[in-house]
Amino acid sequence: MSGSLREAGLAMLGHPSLVLGAVLLAGVGGISLAAGVLFPDSPFDMVGAPFLPPLSEGFPMGTDALGRDIAAAVVHGARVSLALGFITALCATAIGVLVGGLSGYYGGRTDAILMRVTEFFQTIPSFLFAIVVVAVLQPSVYTLIAAIVIVSWAPLARLVRGEVFSLKSREYVQGCIALGMGDMRILFRQILPNALPSIVVAASVAVATAILFESALSFLGLGDPNVMSWGMMIGLGRSVIRTAWWVAAMPGFAIMLTVLAINLLGDGLNDVLNPGARIRAGA
Amino acid sequence: MRRPAAQRWAYVRARLLQAIPTIIVIVSCNFFLLHLAPGDPVDVLMGEAGAATEAIRDQLRAQFGLDRSLVEQYFAYLGATLSFDLGYSYRYGSTNLELILGRLSATLILMIGAFGVSVVLGSIGGLIAAVRRGTATAGAIMAAAVVSYASPLFWVGLMFIVVFAVKLGWFPTSGIARIGADYTGWRYALDVAHHAVLPVLTLSLFYMALYARLMRAAVLENLKLAYVVTARAKGLSQGKIMLRHVLRNALLPVLTMAGVQISGMLGGSVVIESVFGWPGLGLLAFESLFARDLNLLLGILFLTCILVVLTNIVVDVAYTLVDPRVVLR
Repeated sequence: MSGSLREAGLAMLGHPSLVLGAVLLAGVGGISLAAGVLFPDSPFDMVGAPFLPPLSEGFPMGTDALGRDIAAAVVHGARVSLALGFITALCATAIGVLVGGLSGYYGGRTDAILMRVTEFFQTIPSFLFAIVVVAVLQPSVYTLIAAIVIVSWAPLARLVRGEVFSLKSREYVQGCIALGMGDMRILFRQILPNALPSIVVAASVAVATAILFESALSFLGLGDPNVMSWGMMIGLGRSVIRTAWWVAAMPGFAIMLTVLAINLLGDGLNDVLNPGARIRAGA
Repeated sequence: MRRPAAQRWAYVRARLLQAIPTIIVIVSCNFFLLHLAPGDPVDVLMGEAGAATEAIRDQLRAQFGLDRSLVEQYFAYLGATLSFDLGYSYRYGSTNLELILGRLSATLILMIGAFGVSVVLGSIGGLIAAVRRGTATAGAIMAAAVVSYASPLFWVGLMFIVVFAVKLGWFPTSGIARIGADYTGWRYALDVAHHAVLPVLTLSLFYMALYARLMRAAVLENLKLAYVVTARAKGLSQGKIMLRHVLRNALLPVLTMAGVQISGMLGGSVVIESVFGWPGLGLLAFESLFARDLNLLLGILFLTCILVVLTNIVVDVAYTLVDPRVVLR
């Protein structure tokens, strides 16, 4: 087991897109952690003349309509996007693993009911549904997370169900049953750890999707108005797009770079962890 | 498989019957959301309701039976929605159903355009990337796909406006047709097409990238299979093998995604239409969001769900036309 782990580790180091993705993501993560040191003041503060173009003195990304430093807002926004993306993906994965695991392990009626529910959530247009949920519950960080989790757990459940379903008939599971292990213990301690590679890859896709969803919701004005997020910045920059393109452009680049990093990482992990798989699940 | 046509119809009928519970659940979900919203459902139903008098309010309260039990209210709502009575918008002065249907055509233009562009360009891109594997062209195509795949659509739209509309002046910045021009016939169609270029391109970008990746993977996979070797042994040219054999098989995974794309584009249309001021369903959803007209928003959700259910059935049937091996169950 340790030999194959070391092999996987070596394969990861030799994988260009995985390394590139990991380095980019570490960069974005590092900047977001250092936000308080790099830009100790609130990104909502007015610090310069309005509409300074990028590369102005002291303002590498320029300023917006209210003279706020865009670089400061982008760096602080990284925190929000990453935190929201990871929390949301974690919750969606947890629900997906639970629903998919139970569905795949028990099969039969449990499976039929749970998969009907999953199918329902895959039928409704997810972004539209997320909009409705946030609009009904009033925009805040918590409703954003809830809305994105609600619309993104279903593909994960499907994937986990498939994995568990195929692992269930393996000999080691038969062995566990023969030893008298309980259902939950077999499912969570024996089967699911073996499905982990696929779950990790799908979860990375979920992080990227969550960041894109959050930015789109915030862009529409459904974000938390008290939190500086990339989507909200683009929304604010939209009205001045003709005269000051950089206000909307900068946070957009940040989103693109972050999502790109996560996608590269996910692709690389997929190649290394699931050598047999051709196409990423749930893409 | 003896009578494929009859079998197909039986399948469509069965699927339509299956869709009924799904739609009932969606309506129930909407009812639940309406009651979850802060305030009296009538306040919610009327949006900000600045124009509504107390008399209208009382009338609505009676109409929705807010004095009755929750169960009775639920069945009243279910009955009304299922008979497509989606309420009345005081802001627009028309029923919500009329509003939604009136906006549907603009969104369909956008979606059909984006679907066509993404399938055609994405497939061609993926095919080239697979055939010319290892060249700079292939690398550039796949790099473009990876970047498009990671970009937020509304932002791409805004950047397109900056570059192609504001700086270069090639395309209009917003709207569906030139205001005041009053074109008719072909001239009008051309004008709409000119306005549609940027929004269609933006909306198609994500799926174009996805299809390029799917297509590349599928072509590479198919090229290894025995039937390609056979075709080559028969002396068929590379071009013929690609177009007649590989392309057809490689299109299957693309078609599988088509149903997902329709659902994704309906969501994407909200941001794209609001960015480009395109007067379709998405913009209506955006406007209703700001007017806090939840009933209109829920009506849009309800009708788009029906649209998605129907397209899924169409896609499944289309699948059997492309691949006769697939059996409908």
